[in-house]
Amino acid sequence: MTQKLKTNIYLGSILIFISIIDVSLNSFYKINFTNFLPDTISFLLPLILGTIGLYLIRYDYTGIKRLDSLNKNVNTSNFNALLTLLIIFIIIKSIPPSMSWMILDANISGDSRDACTGTGACWTYIKVWFKRFMYGMYPNELHWRINIAFILVIALGLIGLIKTEKLKKYLPLYYVVIYPIIAFLIIYYLISGGAFGLEWVETGAWGGLSLTFIVSFFCLIFCFPLGMILALGRRSTLPVIRYISIGYIEFWRGVPLITVLFMSSVMFPMFLPEDFFMDKLVRVIIAITLFEAAYCAEVIRGGLQSLPRGQYDAAKSLGMGYWKMQTFVILPQALKLVIPGIANTFLALVKDTPLIFVVGLAELAGMLALAKTNPEWLGFAMEGYIFASIIFWIICYAMSKYSYNLEAKYKTER
Amino acid sequence: MNNKIKRFLPQILTLLFVILIFGFLTFNAQINMDNRGIDFGFGFLKQEASFDIQFSLVEYDGLDPYWWAYVAALLNTLLVAALGIIFCTILGVIVGVARLSPNYLIRNAAAWYVEFFRNIPLLLQIFFWYYAALRALPLPQDAEPLLGVSYMTIKGFYIPAMVWGNLNIFLYSLLCAIIGIFVVRIYAKRLQENEGKQLPVFFISIGLITILPFLSFLLGGVTLDFDLPVLKELSATSFTYEGGIGLPPELIALTLALSLYTATFVAECVRAGIQGISKGQKEAAASIGLTPNQILKLVVMPQALRIIIPPTTNQYLNLTKNSSLAAAIAYPDLVLVFAGTALMQTGKAIEIVSITMLTYLTLSLAIAALMNWYNKRIEIKEK
Repeated sequence: MTQKLKTNIYLGSILIFISIIDVSLNSFYKINFTNFLPDTISFLLPLILGTIGLYLIRYDYTGIKRLDSLNKNVNTSNFNALLTLLIIFIIIKSIPPSMSWMILDANISGDSRDACTGTGACWTYIKVWFKRFMYGMYPNELHWRINIAFILVIALGLIGLIKTEKLKKYLPLYYVVIYPIIAFLIIYYLISGGAFGLEWVETGAWGGLSLTFIVSFFCLIFCFPLGMILALGRRSTLPVIRYISIGYIEFWRGVPLITVLFMSSVMFPMFLPEDFFMDKLVRVIIAITLFEAAYCAEVIRGGLQSLPRGQYDAAKSLGMGYWKMQTFVILPQALKLVIPGIANTFLALVKDTPLIFVVGLAELAGMLALAKTNPEWLGFAMEGYIFASIIFWIICYAMSKYSYNLEAKYKTER
Repeated sequence: MNNKIKRFLPQILTLLFVILIFGFLTFNAQINMDNRGIDFGFGFLKQEASFDIQFSLVEYDGLDPYWWAYVAALLNTLLVAALGIIFCTILGVIVGVARLSPNYLIRNAAAWYVEFFRNIPLLLQIFFWYYAALRALPLPQDAEPLLGVSYMTIKGFYIPAMVWGNLNIFLYSLLCAIIGIFVVRIYAKRLQENEGKQLPVFFISIGLITILPFLSFLLGGVTLDFDLPVLKELSATSFTYEGGIGLPPELIALTLALSLYTATFVAECVRAGIQGISKGQKEAAASIGLTPNQILKLVVMPQALRIIIPPTTNQYLNLTKNSSLAAAIAYPDLVLVFAGTALMQTGKAIEIVSITMLTYLTLSLAIAALMNWYNKRIEIKEK
């Protein structure tokens, strides 16, 4: 190691160290030891010192492992060095205010507004409203019914994981026909009640995150078969069927969901027979299903198109008719390919469900809007939205990671 | 014969099915409307709207007819869509390139940005900006001036307005500059093809587009003044700014949320496009002696754009459709004004919802058609 290199590295490290200390002191203890300088220079000083420091320690190869990897990863050019410093400084600067707001000065004890005395967040608000955010206006003592219904539905959904060769061929039938019906019955009788000695709870009382799940779950299981039919229709050689499918798909894909929801709430009733009452929630689920089916159809069409022509030709040469070919050769292969795409559609669906708020169904975003205007709890919008964002983020992030994994899995199998 | 029946029967059955459904629906609608005494028709569009729109780009007041309210609302929708598209493109390109940066911190910061904003429902983001973040801004009387001339307040952003004198001469000079640039480009191309010489087209273009408008100020009598926002007292406790351009907080929240959300998708498109270019292409370009700038301009970008543009247009389309979430925070867009207020006042549910949906459908199909045309134009022509 030459003398010059050594000096440069020591000097550079000291400069970087000073710049980080300067920013940290400023951020954590509000001390500015460069305040004898003019404002602008004092503000930019750590950035300048740090950049010079990083410039001094930038070497292609020094033999010091840490330093080399540092140079390779964050210090490849002056511009990169500047950006690195900027990101580090922004992180240091933003830790104290966010920490003090979220944790140090925040309140979580107590169960009324008076408990929130600090300058930070008021998590008491979330604690008090938690059940409302999860279950909406559903009666408190009946929450077990929602929980049990969800557990049953999930448990029934996991049946497919049990791999017995004998029953395996019935799985598609189970998932496409039997499971939706059973799930519907479970949710209808357990959550809605009205039979088996369970108290009737009208859908207006449903809400919160559980409603988000109910809506997206039903829309998914109903839109999938519809989407499959539409996808086959779009690939059909019969012109009438093809154009009807194309028209349907392009229409729903061209309009925003919010107008579809408006349609379901103000236009649907006009098109139904007289004296025929349909619950608002049912109308919304139908509308979202019709809407999502178009997106679903496009995903399935992608799967159908990616199958090589040889599959079709082989099936036909075996003397299979259209439906036999689709059910035994084409769809089993195509549907496997589109599982990640369907997972993405479902993700989009979950992210879209808060929109049902605009037609007056109070799922999580709707409950937040309600809680926000409650005169006893004014002024905690920030906490509410951060809480909801975190919940949705966890759900959606987990789902998107899962769909990435699926994608990777099916890519290698092919 | 058998084959023919096989082809025609399903088609006829499907057609019949669709016609039956439509017939059933119209039949019901007819009865329902008769019962409620509503008649079908678009005559209401000419009636006086008699409601106010908080913010509009064109002159509008309650005396104007419904169709003019529709135009004002549509323009508001297009405004927020255009702003969103501009900002999400800028941000998306930066983040997309940053995701491929050699710098570990930048790469990860960009990845976290994408994962974070992509996985939170857009509606919640809009609510967050509108009800939580922008509500934390100061009142007009306490606002600190930004750059000395604009104010960020809880009632909106106030920026200086430009007051032009002889604007048309300025526009003509801009037009001349643009035509000049085209001429120079054509000339440069011909020069290169015939004699192999290269012109610094970029610098000539920059020169043209700055010098000609500048001359119009010197010689053409063009003047530019700024109308600054000034604090005005409405009552002892209520203040507002007068003059300048006032951007309502709804517009700001909506633009912020839409561009931050859509930028994550644009970033992924950009990243996929750049990654889609194989290394061999760059190496081949370098081996025939192109400079790094030329490689980017002549080899990488034309191919990357071919991958980037179609999905990005799709995202623009999504952004335009998502801008209808404006209704949730009372930004007067098409859905709020037309499918909300106008529908409430006239009760013409079928007509108004159809007009609204058809408008969005037209926008979508127009953009989709444009995209198809563009795809056709840039697709690789294989022999």
